[in-house]
This record gives sequence, C-alpha cells and structure tokens, in this order.
Amino acid sequence: MTEDTHIAEPSFLEDTGKRKGILAWLTTTDHKRIGLLYLWSIMVFFIIGAVLGETMRTELFKPGQQFYGPQTYNAIFTLHGLIMIFLIVIPGLTVVFGNFVMPIMIGANDVSFPRLNLFAWYLYILGAAIVVISQFTGNGPPDTGWTFYAPYSTQTHTNVIAAVSGAFVLGFSSILTGLNFIVTIHRLRAPGMSFFKMPLLPWAVYATAWIQILATPVIGITLLMIIAERTFHIGFFDPAHGGDPVLYQHLFWIYSHPAVYIMILPAMGVITEIIPTFCQKRIFGYKAIAISSLAIAGVGYFVWGHHMYTSGMSKEAIWTFSLLTFVVAVPSAIKVFNWVTTMYKGSIDLKPPLLYAIAFIFLFSIGGFTGLVQGALATNIQVHDTSFVVAHFHYIIFGGVGFAFLGGIHYWYPKMFGRMYNIRVANIAWVFLFIGFNLLYFPQFIIGYEGMPRRYFDYLPQFTLGQQISTIGGYLLGIGLIIMIVNLFSKKGAKAPDNPWGGKTLEWQLPSPPPMENFKTPPAVPDRPYDYD
Amino acid sequence: MDHIEMPRDDAGAKLGMWIFIFTEILLFGGLFLVYAVMRHRYSEDFHLASQQLNTFIGALNTAVLLVSSMTVAMSITAIQKKNKKMATLFLVITLLCAGIFLVDKYFEWGHKISLSLYPGTDLMDSLRYGYILFFSLYFFMTGLHLLHLVIGAVILTVALVKVRLGLINDENFVLLENGGLYWHLVDLIWIFLFPLLYLVT
Amino acid sequence: MISEEKHVTPYPVYAKVLTGLLVLTAITILVPWINLTAATVLIALLIASTKAGIVLTYFMHLKMEIMLFRILVIMVLLIYLSVILLTFSDYMFR
Repeated sequence: MTEDTHIAEPSFLEDTGKRKGILAWLTTTDHKRIGLLYLWSIMVFFIIGAVLGETMRTELFKPGQQFYGPQTYNAIFTLHGLIMIFLIVIPGLTVVFGNFVMPIMIGANDVSFPRLNLFAWYLYILGAAIVVISQFTGNGPPDTGWTFYAPYSTQTHTNVIAAVSGAFVLGFSSILTGLNFIVTIHRLRAPGMSFFKMPLLPWAVYATAWIQILATPVIGITLLMIIAERTFHIGFFDPAHGGDPVLYQHLFWIYSHPAVYIMILPAMGVITEIIPTFCQKRIFGYKAIAISSLAIAGVGYFVWGHHMYTSGMSKEAIWTFSLLTFVVAVPSAIKVFNWVTTMYKGSIDLKPPLLYAIAFIFLFSIGGFTGLVQGALATNIQVHDTSFVVAHFHYIIFGGVGFAFLGGIHYWYPKMFGRMYNIRVANIAWVFLFIGFNLLYFPQFIIGYEGMPRRYFDYLPQFTLGQQISTIGGYLLGIGLIIMIVNLFSKKGAKAPDNPWGGKTLEWQLPSPPPMENFKTPPAVPDRPYDYD
Repeated sequence: MDHIEMPRDDAGAKLGMWIFIFTEILLFGGLFLVYAVMRHRYSEDFHLASQQLNTFIGALNTAVLLVSSMTVAMSITAIQKKNKKMATLFLVITLLCAGIFLVDKYFEWGHKISLSLYPGTDLMDSLRYGYILFFSLYFFMTGLHLLHLVIGAVILTVALVKVRLGLINDENFVLLENGGLYWHLVDLIWIFLFPLLYLVT
Repeated sequence: MISEEKHVTPYPVYAKVLTGLLVLTAITILVPWINLTAATVLIALLIASTKAGIVLTYFMHLKMEIMLFRILVIMVLLIYLSVILLTFSDYMFR
C-alpha cells in the first residue's frame, strides 16, 4: 500500500530542465504544474472575493450605512459575484483536479494538448486582469450584479464593456480546457481502460467538459451583444428599438444554468473519489454515477427558465421549465443515495477529506431541496430576488462545490506536495468552517422567506437579528479559512508516503509527489475500478 | 527534462478541431436564436427590410464559398497523392475565393453605410422596429461571419506556406485537414445566413 | 481510433458534390418566387440543412470518419434545436 521503493527520480516540483524557478513554472506544459498554477491563482482570487464578502457582511450587521454607501455596495457584490463565479467556481475543480489528477487516473502522461493547456491558463490570468482593471478605469466599477441584466447593463455609465470582455476571455479559457479534456479522455486512456473502467472523477470531468464546450459560446455571443448594444445600439434587448430585455435573460441563463453544472459535476466527482477511499469500500452504483453525470449535463441544458419565472415569460414556458427542473434533480438524488449507501457498513476513517465529503452531502442536500422550492412557480414568486435565493446558491456553490474543493485539497495534498498536514488542526478548521457556514447562510433562508430582498444595501429592522447571526457566522467561517490555510502552508508536516489514505486509483501508485513523467510504461489497469476487497 | 513530449496524435488533433467547430456552431447559434425570435415578432418588417439587400451579390458569395469549399477539400486529396503543385493551386484558388467574398462584402456594406443604413444612425432609429432589428442582425451576423472568414483565410495561408515548405505532406497533413474543416465551417454558416437574410418572404 | 488517412477522395466526387450544392442553391433562390408564404422559411431551412448535411458528409469527411464523430454532430445539433424550441415555448405564447 505505501511503497517507497521507487528510484529517487526528481519530482515534478523540482526544476530539471533548462529553465529554473518562476520562469520554469510560467513556461511549463506539464499538467501537474499547470494544475498548481491554477491552484495558486484561484487561492489569491478567492481571498479577494472572500474579503469582499466579509465587508458586505460587516456593512449588513446593522440597518443603515455602517461604513460604505449603496453605490459601493452594488459594485462590491458585482465584483464578489464576478470573482467567485468566473474565477473560482466555474474553473475551480476542473482546472485544479482535472489537470493534476485526471490524466494520472487514466494512465496518461499528460493531456492531449499540453501547450494549449498552458495557453488556457494565460487566458484565465488575462481575463482576471481585465476584470480587475474594469474596477479602476472608465466610469467606475460595474454595479449591475454579475448577471449584467439588460436594460440596465446596456445603459449604466459604469465600466460594463471591460468587465464583460474579461468574462469573454475567461469563457474562451474554459472552452479550451474543456476541449483538451474531452480529447484527452477519448485518446489517452491506458490500454485496457475502457470508459467503464475509468474512475469516476474522469467521468465527471468528461461530462463537465461537454458543458464547457456547448454552453460557454452562448454567453460569449451574449456578452458580444452587450458590447454591441452599448457601442452601436443594435437594439436586441432594448424595447425602444423593438428588442426584448427578457431575451437577454434567456441567452444569459442558457449558459449560466449549465454553468452551475460545470461547477458541481467535478465536485461530485471528487466526493465520489473520497468516499470509497475513507470507507475502504467499492463505490455503490458505479455505472449509475457515471451515467447520472452525463444525465445531469444533458438535462441541465433545458432548465434555464427557472431563473426567469417572474420576468414576464409565458406561462407555457414556466411550467415547461418547472417540470424539467424537477427532472434534473433526480440524477443528483441518485448520486446522494449512492454515496450514502457506499458508506453503509464501510470501514469509516474520519480524516479531513471525509469530513468535507460528509459536510458536502449535508450542505448540498439542503441546497438541493431549497432549489426545488424555487423550482415550483408558486413558492418561487415568494422567494425570488430575496435572501432565500442567496442562501440556496451559497449552500450549493459554497457548501457543495467549495467544500468539495477543500476536501479534494486535503485528499490530494500529500500527493501534490509530498508532505502531510496536521490532521488535528485540519479538523479544527473544519469545525469552524462547518458551524460558521451554517450560521452565515441558514438565517438567510428565514429572512429571505420573510421578505428580505437580495442585493439590498439596507433593510427593515425586523431582519436585524438574522443579519447579525449571519455576520457572526461569516466571521467564524473566516477564522476557519485562516486556520485551514495556515495549516496547509505550514512546512512542518511529515514526508508523505505514496498512498497515505489507501486509495485505489492510479495516482496512489506514483510517488508523492510524482515525477515529471507519470508512467514510463503504461500502467496495469484493474478489472474494475475501486477494487477493494 | 522540462516537460513531456506527447506522441503525435492526428486523430486526436482532428477530434479537437471538431470540438472547436461545435463551439463555433453554438456561438453563431445564439445569433440565429435572436434572429428566430425577432423574425417571429416582426415577420412583415423583416420581409420588407430584406429587400434592401442585394440578392445577386449574396448568391454570388454563396457560390464562391461553395467553390472554395470544394477546392480546399481537393487540396487534401492532392497532398495525399503527393501532388504539391495541385495542392498549392487548390489552396490559392480557395484564398482567391475568400478575397472575392471580401471584395463583395466591401461593396455591399459600403453601399449600406453610404445610405446611413446601419445601427446607431438617426435614419436607423427612425425606422420601424423590425427594420432596425433586421439591419442590426444583418451587420452583426455577416460581420462575425466575416471575422471568421478572415481567420480561416489566415489559417489556410499558413497551411499554404507549410505545403510549399514541405512541412505538410502526404505523411503529415492533419494541419491542412483541420484548416479545411474550419473553412467548411465558414461555408456552413453562410449556407444558413444567405437564405435567412437575403431570401426572406 | 482510426481516421481516414488511408481514404483518398477522388476529385470528381468533390466536383459532383459542388454541382449538387450549386443546384440546391439555385432552387433555394427560386423558391421565394413561388409564393408559399409561411412554408417558405421551412423550405429554405430544409434546403439549407440538406446543403449543410452534404458539406458535412463529403467535404468534411463525416462519411469516412468513425461513428463517434457522426454521433457527436447529431448530439450537438439536437441540443441546439432543443434550446431553440424551449425558447419558443416563451415567444410563441406571448
């Protein structure tokens, strides 16, 4: 299980080529290094986005203005959304774990197009830079929300064109990554590894990549339309020229709903890898999970209208989308069932990755149920544009995608860096994160239901208690994040064995950290994945 | 070593190009969706506005692109038959066709612009909704298509150079194939643009 | 996964394909003169789709590629058409 009998080859972290140091990293085409480049970038942007969130929570501690005014508040929640959505959770698990782990899991030495892979990272950085620049140039940072709804986005004097240009570039990065991963999974699986012998993270990454390919171009063209509207007054979304603002919403959500499946599918893939390892039991329902990943990706294309029930859509559209929304919940529920069933009678090892995975199941389920509340028209009208929605998507995106991300980090950290972290401190951080998270967001369901609007800088006194509990939760969450990050950055951990957790997928057969060349000869492929006895 | 050299994979490269083509189909797809919605709402005005377009030039452009699609496909056959001369000839004809298309477009757009018939002018703003949206769509869709035509022409020029240098040959021609695929995409988009913009009744 | 590097399409095949495409183009130009009103759009789209199918099959070699490519193309087109249909579930009834 934990063998250290490999020849002492330099790991991928060491510079063995012509270039050294930062230059070696900035010109790398190695998928493991690129995965880490993304990890550092995402961490930096996450901290910025989180700080923005904390300032919002602080401002909302009491009714009335505390330390910044409504225009600033609008700009801050716009930027918070842009960063978190386009820089963190959409690329997120795909570019970190899809890059680092997926090729190893299928027995490949890299992705199909390594230089394109590096180019995609540069596009990511460029897109991020453009978004940052949009905050400081022109007529000031956009205040439209990350959703850029017309007609406000086509009329406001703030810096919309720069911000949407940044988003456009980021979309291109996403498309190229998706393209790379689809070809990789089709072409570079080790001999003997058919699709149904692949582990489930590559399955998740594969389904995700198709959404990246087929949905992202739609937001691409929509953002171009916004730019064209602001520059040439083309009128697609402008009633004064015969256009329809609701058409913008359609186009926007045709991408942005599948985008949430770009966020969650790799997260589910990571959870599906963690649970069998820490239960030392084969995943229950391998084929169901594989197929349900494709089903979620597929059906997820056809539910976007549930963001638009109150927009003025026809009622025929409303009940069509409502029905399809309930359908798409089914494959997710199948996965939850399979995870829990895997744990049943398993040999549970409560290490940090499993703690995050269990938290994921709990938080994702709450997020999922409250999604159904919004999927039904009658209840949707009550909660639309309230804090209820904010709580819902933070449970899914942060509680789901975020916790899966943290679980994945704690799972593959020894493999990536060759060191262990302090397990006890990691557990303590988790406690702060879990309690802080629930205190932060659960009250928002309640006040939202009672009428607290979202994206509002101020509020009625009756919502004060809920807002204050939420803010305190936010600070606890922040403390948890700090403890966690400090723990992971501490270099004092023991040297990591090849397979500290007893995992069955191919990456655990490589040294921790792996050498530059993953496999000198194609690896042996087990008869079935997750071959625990 | 600095990095791993992945072994050559032509089938993978081709799959990659097809996937990129899918993204382009969805990109233009968004525009076709807007067209469909607006035509549904303003069918009468779309019909009238479309009569402002020069159907003859549109048809000529359609024929030119179809010919260029044939010649780029033929250039691949030529390369496979080790016929560098014919491959070059076919690629040159393809690029000439691209040039003809560009010239036609220049005259078409130039004519409209000289009449102030483009988005944002006072004349345009004074027209009926259907007219405004038709012309917005006309310029946006043909403009985006033109951009892709230029990109395709650049790719094929690179391919032409590589053919001349022998870097693309009968043993290694996936770059030409992929360039050809991209060019066919440009043709495919126009196959739909032409009737939807020029032949609206 | 084999591609069709071994298969060389003869020049006359391409010439015949072009002829067919030009004929279809001529038909699509002439159809509006036969005043079929609403059906004209449908026929125009059908002819355009046929031309597109021919370009995909012969010029883009879909006929010679492995099944996977054909499945993917059909899947993409179906998804796109579904999106259009769903959008019209709004616009048809407003």
